[in-house]
Amino acid sequence: MSQNRQVRDVVFVDGVRTPFGKAGEKGIYAETRADDLVVKCIRELMRRNPSLPADRIDDVAIAATTQTGDQGLTIGRTAALLSGLPKSVPGFAIDRMCAGAMTAVTTTASGIGFGAYDVVIAGGVEHMGHHPMGSGADPNPRFMSERLVDPAALNMGNTAENLHDRFPAISKDRADAYAAASQAKLAAAYAENLIQPDLVPVVTRKPGQGWRLNTVDEPPRPGTTVADLATLRTPFRAHGRVTAGNAAGLNDGATAAVLASAEAAEELGLTVKMRLVSYAFAGVEPEVMGIGPVPATEKALKMARLDITDIGLFEINEAFAVQVLSFLDHFGIADDDDRVNRYGGAIAVGHPLASSGVRLMNQLARQFQDDPSVRFGITAMCIGLGMGGAVIWENPHWNGVDNAPAGSGTGTPASDEENEE
Amino acid sequence: MSAHGFKALAELFPDEIVTHSYLEDVELPDGRGGSAGTFALITLDNGLDHRRPTTLGPNTLVELGTVLEAQRERAARGEIIGVGVTGKPHFLVAGADLSAVKTLRERKSGVAMAQLGHDVYSTLNDLGVPSFVFINGVALGGGLEIALNANYRTVSTGAGALGLPEAFIGLVPGWGGVYLLPRLIGPANAVKVMIENPLSNNRTLSGPAAFQLGIADALFEPADFVEQSLAWAAKVITADITVERPNSVTDPLSEADSEAWDAAVARARAFVEERTSNAAPAPARAIALLEQGKHYTKAKSFEQENLALADLMQTDEFRATVYAFLDLVQKRAKRPAGAPDPALARPVTKVGVVGAGLMASQLALLFARQLKVPVVLTDIDQVRVDKGVGYVHGELDKLQAKGRISPDAANRTKALVSGSVSKDVFADADFVIEAVFEELSVKKQVFAEVEAIVSDSCILATNTSSLSVTAMAADLLHPERLVGFHFFNPVAVMPLLEIVQAPETDDAVLATAFATAKTLRKNAVLVKDAAAFVVNRILGRLFAEITLVFDEGTDAATADNALRPMGLPMTPFTLLAMVGLPVGQHVQESLRAAFGERFYVSANQQKLIDAGKKGLWETADDGSRLVPEETLALLDFGDRSSTAEQVLARTQDALADEIGRMLSEGVVAGPEDIDLCMIMGAGWPMHLGGITPYLDRTGASQRVTGSRFHPAGIASRP
Repeated sequence: MSQNRQVRDVVFVDGVRTPFGKAGEKGIYAETRADDLVVKCIRELMRRNPSLPADRIDDVAIAATTQTGDQGLTIGRTAALLSGLPKSVPGFAIDRMCAGAMTAVTTTASGIGFGAYDVVIAGGVEHMGHHPMGSGADPNPRFMSERLVDPAALNMGNTAENLHDRFPAISKDRADAYAAASQAKLAAAYAENLIQPDLVPVVTRKPGQGWRLNTVDEPPRPGTTVADLATLRTPFRAHGRVTAGNAAGLNDGATAAVLASAEAAEELGLTVKMRLVSYAFAGVEPEVMGIGPVPATEKALKMARLDITDIGLFEINEAFAVQVLSFLDHFGIADDDDRVNRYGGAIAVGHPLASSGVRLMNQLARQFQDDPSVRFGITAMCIGLGMGGAVIWENPHWNGVDNAPAGSGTGTPASDEENEE
Repeated sequence: MSAHGFKALAELFPDEIVTHSYLEDVELPDGRGGSAGTFALITLDNGLDHRRPTTLGPNTLVELGTVLEAQRERAARGEIIGVGVTGKPHFLVAGADLSAVKTLRERKSGVAMAQLGHDVYSTLNDLGVPSFVFINGVALGGGLEIALNANYRTVSTGAGALGLPEAFIGLVPGWGGVYLLPRLIGPANAVKVMIENPLSNNRTLSGPAAFQLGIADALFEPADFVEQSLAWAAKVITADITVERPNSVTDPLSEADSEAWDAAVARARAFVEERTSNAAPAPARAIALLEQGKHYTKAKSFEQENLALADLMQTDEFRATVYAFLDLVQKRAKRPAGAPDPALARPVTKVGVVGAGLMASQLALLFARQLKVPVVLTDIDQVRVDKGVGYVHGELDKLQAKGRISPDAANRTKALVSGSVSKDVFADADFVIEAVFEELSVKKQVFAEVEAIVSDSCILATNTSSLSVTAMAADLLHPERLVGFHFFNPVAVMPLLEIVQAPETDDAVLATAFATAKTLRKNAVLVKDAAAFVVNRILGRLFAEITLVFDEGTDAATADNALRPMGLPMTPFTLLAMVGLPVGQHVQESLRAAFGERFYVSANQQKLIDAGKKGLWETADDGSRLVPEETLALLDFGDRSSTAEQVLARTQDALADEIGRMLSEGVVAGPEDIDLCMIMGAGWPMHLGGITPYLDRTGASQRVTGSRFHPAGIASRP
């Protein structure tokens, strides 16, 4: 084994996604294949980064929660072939439910850090219209007979209700207020053209219609008020707190990103939008899976030798409002803190399970670019069956003025170590 | 005229499968996340899957015209910044609905149909905003002309079958193609697309080839073709892209362009003369429009195109072509008349070929390449066997060198073909075909030997061209297993296979023969066991007539060129020389033996053979063709000279007589199969409808047999 092996810096070069659609027959992608959505993303990445030779891509990792049908057959490889990448470029499929794309990024990033890759494509897709959550799954009866998990843990809505139980301070009113704000923030971001630049337009066609060009997300409901949300029923529990309005919907969509070693990015003239600092995944009780991002974030911060106060921007997936609020409460952050989900979140834009991780990264990257006062940001998400994931990124545009609150001065990213004495 | 003005025409076609014009408003991306404006995108879609191509009938055109006119009004109101047309997956439009066009009884309907297309397509050029056509797939004839009439075009690298096949079909590219194409891509390229390609087995262009010629302004890959076309259109509209057309020619023509135009017309004329002997009216009409169109305004050309289309729609040649192309080649050839239930077919897992000569070797190559099963050749000595196997390997090397097959495929196929001097290698074969000397006793002996080795279920096939399959089966232990399997030379090229059913041939054997033919990608026609089957019998009767008039004293040029008005692929004496005079003479003798004196066996042909001549015509040092004096001195002539017209009429009558006999003998199921055989086995032209529609329209069938082969209207004007 080489004695000279060094961990290499990993950078986020670029990321795109399809507009997200509503799952189901009326959704924009009802007649569109999941793998085709991935292909649109990969091809857009190649067009946006013309200095990247296709044969320099060392692997293509694409996540999908249900890996059958149009998401089957090792979708990373099929998507690479269908995208017209050289046959010499390999690919694989990956699954960690909602954190699929996030895991595709961290797994390939590890490969870059280790020196196995120079450049990769990582992303995810979920066509929840073609693959309803849990379809085709056959849970082991031991989960029930040995009470390994609460039966409620297999239904994500129930786990969200459980989280409300655990944290009585998080009321339905708070959840609805958070959800309405998410819609408003997304609408504002759209108005400022902050979302559209990273969307790849997709044409779709249905019987009796011509080709349509989809350039914006289908799920958002701009103008949603707290009063609107208060009227919605609580499908998971009578007089419960979780509604379709304060949770992400069922969606179709795909994402993909280019990651590279810092050296390869420099060699190939690739943009550097973010630098990977640390990442972590953690397990929690499956019946309160929404709390998962808390231990994952603590773990990632610890590895990076950072404090939560060092984090200037948060992109937290909004599977449920209660899940975000439990995270914010834990870290003492206000519900309406300006650092959190500036462009709104999944409650507004949608959450096609395994694709969402890269959406968070795209948005963090754009916020980094627009806000050089921020040095560190985090992308985090809860994951079904009781997990959380968190990835900490450094802003290459950081203008060097350390504005982190007092007490975080010791926080130094691990990857800076080699520059220190 | 507005599209609504054509309602009366459209109402003539209540059963048209309408290709709808679905309109969707698209916000064109400006490339920076914003919108460049609203773009009206029309999708042509008949609502059916890829097995049913979209076509253009009057109702389709009225709908498209109505939608386009509405866009013109929207453009005037400033609501849209551009209009685009594209198709359902795999098709822009496959062209005019020929089965509808051929039912137009009156000339004025044809004029209206031509006018309708022009009016609708012209709107594309007069919208007040730029128009685009995104050629996503098949675009033939009127389909490609939609694109030509627009301001800009994109094409997919995945689009196949782009072209203007009108000259092949019997029409002209008369919805603007003949005027617009030479100006867009230059006259020489236009001649290639609208004259040379259609008359070269109806060749078409790929997307990249169309782009190279300048038919399209941009080329995109299929994976996001529509998205990229829209993005490109946005850039054209916002002037971020300037479209260059290096091949285009603009009015008024420069002197160089004018000369190039004349040269292209001359080249087209020579090509048509060489390929068709000017027997069909359509190519000449297209060339005339091209020639005159050099000086026409667009309006003048469109007016002349309408007249040409209306004239040609009323020709028997057009009707015969539609019959031959749609009814026969596209339909009947795929569902052979009289073939037994395909479920009866037995698997063929190993093939034996008796003989290792040129024909046998060609068969071995074909079977190995298409069936992908072991093929074993046998012959009487190792030298012949090695030569046969060597031929196959050599042909595979050539295919590999040309990039037609991969090295892996070449290796696989070579490994499949072996040879032996012992017929024992046939023991586990399912299908053994002979290609030995054309002599009944030889073939009977071969099959007797083979039958002693093979299993009871092994099929025996003969490639005989003139011997009786029934007689060949007479002494077999299992006569029900013998079937005729008659290929045409060159085996790799000619699509026809005559499958000969002898009285005892059983259905399973016949079904296996048809299934095998399909796997070999040949079009099989079922024929009864009658000497020379179909193609060689008809050619034999033709040779009999031409050699007879020659021997009677008609000069060689008159006799050999008398059939030029039929537009056959080559003259009779040229074809005889290609077949080989001894082979031709042998077939004539067999035919005379079978059918009597109407199959004339020429004494002069025998003299040529005896003198070692390869053919009647020879090529002089200056390239001209002549019959040398010393050849003429060998021959004897009568004193009864015929004119070309007389020779043609006699030949027509002879063909009508022979075909009438074949139909009453039940050699094939109907005149359609005769025509299919002549088109696919002899390359006879579609404007003859094969042959029987021609004999109907010249009156030969009526003169000789007392009735037509087809009712009027089937393959002719109603």
